[in-house]
Amino acid sequence: MQSPHLLVHEHQDNVGVVVVEGLKAGTDMLCVVTADNSSFQLTAKADVPIGHKIALKDLKNGDTAIKYGEDIGKFIADVEKGGHVHVHNLKTKRW
Amino acid sequence: MASKYSNITFKGYRRDNGRVGVRNHVVILPVDDISNAACEAVANNIKGTLALPHAYGRLQFGPDLDLHFRTMIGTGANPNVAAVVVIGIEPGWTKRIVDGIAETGKPVVGFSIEQNGDHKTVMDASRKAKEFVHYATELQREECSISELWVSTKCGESDTTTGLGSCPTVGNMYDKLLPEGIYGCFGETSEITGAEHIAKARAINPEVGERWYKMWKAYQEEVIEANKVDDLSESQPTKGNIEGGLTTIEEKALGNLEKIGRTSKYIDILEPAEAPKSGNGLYFMDSSSAAAECVTLMAAGGYVVHTFPTGQGNVVGNPIVPVIKISANPRTVRTMGEHIDVDVSGILRREMTLDNAGDALIDMIARTANGRSTAAEALGHREFVMTKLYRSA
Repeated sequence: MQSPHLLVHEHQDNVGVVVVEGLKAGTDMLCVVTADNSSFQLTAKADVPIGHKIALKDLKNGDTAIKYGEDIGKFIADVEKGGHVHVHNLKTKRW
Repeated sequence: MASKYSNITFKGYRRDNGRVGVRNHVVILPVDDISNAACEAVANNIKGTLALPHAYGRLQFGPDLDLHFRTMIGTGANPNVAAVVVIGIEPGWTKRIVDGIAETGKPVVGFSIEQNGDHKTVMDASRKAKEFVHYATELQREECSISELWVSTKCGESDTTTGLGSCPTVGNMYDKLLPEGIYGCFGETSEITGAEHIAKARAINPEVGERWYKMWKAYQEEVIEANKVDDLSESQPTKGNIEGGLTTIEEKALGNLEKIGRTSKYIDILEPAEAPKSGNGLYFMDSSSAAAECVTLMAAGGYVVHTFPTGQGNVVGNPIVPVIKISANPRTVRTMGEHIDVDVSGILRREMTLDNAGDALIDMIARTANGRSTAAEALGHREFVMTKLYRSA
């Protein structure tokens, strides 16, 4: 089996984690959902460092980010499917 | 019920109080900051001893002073310690710590500096320390069951790979070893924020869950809300966490909680540095997420092996407890592999199952308990950091 580029915890998640170094925009990524090892394809829209997140669908300012099947914060900017998700567009709902 | 883990044994040091240690230190313990120099002089004189200098112990009061004594006594009482020389500026608090450690039955003696000076104190304490080294080095390891281990956990410089790989590896280990009768411990109170509903539900019963929630809420109100000046970005998550891809405290908390596995439930809640009193099982210790502080508190609680998942590569160690580093981040394993004891990056490549990773960690715990030096021990990481609750008088 080819090593995945992106891992997703749960099916309801709307972000996944890059698990390879040097991922380039335009890469057709193999994505694996760790809950059941099912897989899908997604094209990266940005150069994203290992460990950083990618949006699994188009997301709007004000939407909730879901990871582990849970709320991990709110988007403060629109993000396109395949785009980089981090502190520039996602913020805690706490503190 | 016997499992494939029931027969795992290791060679440990059985102490007079029945507890089992995996190291055999002779500790020179300062009561206070101004006794560090004398302790370090004794440790320099007598090879095979270990001084534990720290920053506090003067004019503390109330719960902060109680925590100071609990940490000092708990560190000396830890089964990884064979014998202790305590040195303080004056005899009163020195005796209080000596008496606390003496309850374990291990050799312990105190010296105070006032009316003696550093020279005489160091001379007298060195004589005793040398006796203790002879005593400790004649102790033999004996076969012990894995069920006699006390294993704590705390993660550090986490990133998104800790939630995917190294934290679930620790969780898998707990799901396998807690049923064998080990004592476990997790903590990091502020770092449950965003996953508190899950943590509360992982208590053994609703009463314990309610007590956990009150403790968590008190930390939020008395520590975080009372002192914060922003949303804690760069502190919780840390700069390193953010570099590693963690964006929010909620995301960090959910990854953190992976350390208690799928089936494990905590049976009680501990004050910082408090020893468990409710029998074998998993405990939550009210503690900071700062690595050295947290590991020091858990060591003072009596835990003898620490499992430490890291993503970006926290290098922390502890002077008396071996700290086993686990990482799933292939970049960290490649660039700072000398710090990593268990490489579980195969989980990210889907080459290694969580079950395999948990077994690899259990194997490393047994080898470490047998005497294998951890990466942190070999590299000389001996961070001993006291937690302070508020300013001294």
